[in-house]
Amino acid sequence: MSKGFAVVVPDRAAVSQYAGLSVGAWRWIGALIAVALAAALPFTVSNYHVFELTMVMIYAIAVLGLNILTGFNGQISLGHGAFFAAGAYTTAILMQRYGVPYWATVLPAGLISFVLGVLFGLPALRFEGPYLALVTLSMALATPQLLKYFDNWTGGVQGINLAKVVPPPGLGLDHDRWLYLLVLVVLIVAIRVAANILHGRTGRALVAIRDHPIAAAAMGINNARYKTLAFGISTLFTGVAGSLAAIVVSYVSPEGYGMFLSIAFLVGSTIGGIATISGALVGGLFIEFVPNFANDISDAAPAALYGLAMLLFMYAMPLGVVGSLAPLFTRWLRQARARGSGRN
Amino acid sequence: MAMKRSLLTGLPMAGFLVVGGLGLAGGLALAAGQYVPGASDTEIKIGNTMPYSGPASSYGAIGKAETAYFAMINDQGGVNGRKINFISRDDSYSPPKTVEQVRKLVEEDQVLLTFNLLGTPPNTAVQGYLNENKVPQLFVATGADKWNDPKNHPWTMGWQPSYRIEARIYARYILQNMPNAKIAVLYQNDDFGKDYLIGLREGLGDKADKMIVATQSYETTDPTVDSQVVAMQNSGADTILTAAIPKFAAQVIRKVYDIGWKPTHFLSNVSTSVKIALQPAGLEKSIGIISAGYGKEITDPKWQSTQEYKDWLAWMQKYNPQASIADANNSYGYGVSQTLIAVLKACGNNLMRENVMKQAASIHDLKLPLLLPGISVSTSATDFAPIKQMQLEKFDGTTWEMFGPVISGASS
Repeated sequence: MSKGFAVVVPDRAAVSQYAGLSVGAWRWIGALIAVALAAALPFTVSNYHVFELTMVMIYAIAVLGLNILTGFNGQISLGHGAFFAAGAYTTAILMQRYGVPYWATVLPAGLISFVLGVLFGLPALRFEGPYLALVTLSMALATPQLLKYFDNWTGGVQGINLAKVVPPPGLGLDHDRWLYLLVLVVLIVAIRVAANILHGRTGRALVAIRDHPIAAAAMGINNARYKTLAFGISTLFTGVAGSLAAIVVSYVSPEGYGMFLSIAFLVGSTIGGIATISGALVGGLFIEFVPNFANDISDAAPAALYGLAMLLFMYAMPLGVVGSLAPLFTRWLRQARARGSGRN
Repeated sequence: MAMKRSLLTGLPMAGFLVVGGLGLAGGLALAAGQYVPGASDTEIKIGNTMPYSGPASSYGAIGKAETAYFAMINDQGGVNGRKINFISRDDSYSPPKTVEQVRKLVEEDQVLLTFNLLGTPPNTAVQGYLNENKVPQLFVATGADKWNDPKNHPWTMGWQPSYRIEARIYARYILQNMPNAKIAVLYQNDDFGKDYLIGLREGLGDKADKMIVATQSYETTDPTVDSQVVAMQNSGADTILTAAIPKFAAQVIRKVYDIGWKPTHFLSNVSTSVKIALQPAGLEKSIGIISAGYGKEITDPKWQSTQEYKDWLAWMQKYNPQASIADANNSYGYGVSQTLIAVLKACGNNLMRENVMKQAASIHDLKLPLLLPGISVSTSATDFAPIKQMQLEKFDGTTWEMFGPVISGASS
């Protein structure tokens, strides 16, 4: 099971200097540039593209959740669409029934998804590999019907229409760009939180459990606690993503959370690089754009093209885009460093 | 991909449209002197979303039929000299995808109007956006009643008879022919089923409380509806209305027969498929069931000698050869496309969105070749339900036989 998953641990120990700045400083500058570019991007493209990019980021957050669980902790989930829906409906019900402003619903949605994830993670401890996959798949299948069943809360088949978000006055931002920036902030926070968790004690415990559960237990790691926690953290991320999606689309209904959504998350996760953080962004791009490309190219068999795209990606980059390219980049960096310092 | 519009080709139209263009409000910024989005001297762009993939993908045949119909119109010279550019995208019946695709159609493809979007949740998801941006949401492909609301949603219009209209028609028939009937209603516990109950009550008027002796509902997650059927029998009803999708309709038909009950049985139009609803129940158990239709049953031999059928068949064979002749989605797509063409023709050279809606709301008694004789399309500024009439049909064990007059389900 550990073959095929790559943990890309950056070369943190190096404090060598580049042009007077440490690696860490360069990393900060790089991150700031990336954020600045991302923040400026919506002002250079049309409203529709801004909306698309917002959805990319939302899917990236959802996929990041899945990466934490499946990539770093080895628990496969084919049911993350259910938690996406949980977050979306929490937001919808809070907004529509209780008049809670949209921005105040994101955290509760995440927390409720967290609780649901922990509640699900506990019995899931009994399952491994394909059995866990089946159990989570059953959740994905049940989600639309459960949503239709509890129609006093969920509005059933009709769904819930949400008030359109009004950007705060005085900022000169229209609806689409305001939501883009909001989601961007959440994405940055999510990446930061994920990085902190995964590059620290918890992350090492999760990876140890993934790679050698017995050895991990022997070292004193409480497998059950960490596995359950991984589930909860993972669904928290995906629930937040679902909440944001509901806010952006302004409408929730059971048909939006079918089985294929869960599968799309896993596809995006794997294609991006399942045990990486930045792979989630690639996954988000894949989920949002590849089905549309497939549709544009072929009227007759877009699903076949989608499958073909998946096959090509997996064939060319079996560890996912980031999973395959990052080690190459790290190696190039190391060689550049060796060339730079070794010859002097 | 934003469409670049050349001012040079626009100049002839610009003068004509400047006055109208200046008056346009709305989310899409228009510079005076440029084209109205989606229309030009040579082309009309029409946007559509259909479930070409996913669980509802059998309805994708409608989109393909519409593409084929517009291809024929273009071969015949188009509408007032303009070719139809029909852009149909897949939304997999998933409302978030519908939002995305409709936004793309409106903002990137710059369509003049959206046409025959399919499904109640998909249409609900984009209704607010389209009305805010004043883009026509014409002839939506759903039977919900809420598309007939010109006061609150002046840019949205349905097409086929809604479930409420159908139920009102059953009510009117019952009042005329069985005024002392005791009616039990089994309905799916959502808007679809509830629309039937509301329509029935509206049609029965102040007799509703007396005549409706039992109502039973079911959830789509229920395994069976047998207990509901028994409860309805115990209520003493002699007439039942089943507002159910095929899976449950089949159960009802079978159970009613098996308990030896012989009520007059009205069945929702969505569950009249011989293959999907009646055969699972048992064809012999389905004899005598009444439903209603508005279009010619294309496999019925009695239409096959008519010119309308021959035209339709020629179109199918030339433009839509991959489709199945027996699939009613094709005659549906044919009919609704004809309605749109009639509206666009009536617009003449004024292809502003307001005028499109105005013409759509001014259809007088339009007869379409595949509508049942006596049924026509009519709208007005306060009536956004184009087809309000249906004719009853009875199942004889093999096919549905039309009987009786065309009945109107308009709210009176």
